[in-house]
Amino acid sequence: MSDAEQITKKFMYINRKAPYGTIYAWESLEVVLIAAAFDQDISLAFIDDGVYQLTKGQKTEAIGLKNFSATYRALGDYDIQKIYVEKESLETRGLTLDDLQHLVYEDEDDDYAEKDSIKLVSADELGKIMEEQNVVLSF
Amino acid sequence: MSMLHTVNKSPFNNDALSKCLQCAQPGSSILFIEDGVYASREGTTFTDSVKEALKDKQVYVLQPDLDARGMNSSLIDGIKTVDYSGFVDLTTEHDSVQSWL
Repeated sequence: MSDAEQITKKFMYINRKAPYGTIYAWESLEVVLIAAAFDQDISLAFIDDGVYQLTKGQKTEAIGLKNFSATYRALGDYDIQKIYVEKESLETRGLTLDDLQHLVYEDEDDDYAEKDSIKLVSADELGKIMEEQNVVLSF
Repeated sequence: MSMLHTVNKSPFNNDALSKCLQCAQPGSSILFIEDGVYASREGTTFTDSVKEALKDKQVYVLQPDLDARGMNSSLIDGIKTVDYSGFVDLTTEHDSVQSWL
């Protein structure tokens, strides 16, 4: 190949389903982890029931399903630094950021300082971020 | 004749809970399972309608499904938790079961 130049696109994964009740949340997470290997500009959005995916303290032993909630904490290691959580979706569900896991990444441009991945945004702000994307994948 | 109503969908993207609350008669019981357990939390846009139901009905929630979803805290006062054998007991104690899917 003569042209080895890497083309970087902006990918956003939009998550609107609760975990465990359907397979969407787990499928999305798997696709995100695969895509992370391709060195693209990735962001995740959690809106509507999707915000439930990030709750703290999930214990799935008694329902016999794999608990994949810890995997969200590994996203930072895959260099996924932008996780948008929609504010109104939390509020209508009686949730605050304190009910969600603390997700971080290490900023290599800032002496590997640990920074928060989760950014609380309004639906309008999220809509604008969506428009900036090259590729949007919906779950 | 008393009936057990089960709701297994999140109230936020499905009208199963709303329709259940409209239909359920005084003295009947409602059990939240699977994604239905999100309705049992205090402070949501559905909390008032669940509290209304609690005035003349028993409301239960399946503990294993709460645990899986990290929804153990902030349960609405008056909702009782049951485990799987409690779920079985409820089905036998009622004359019939309507599953709001």
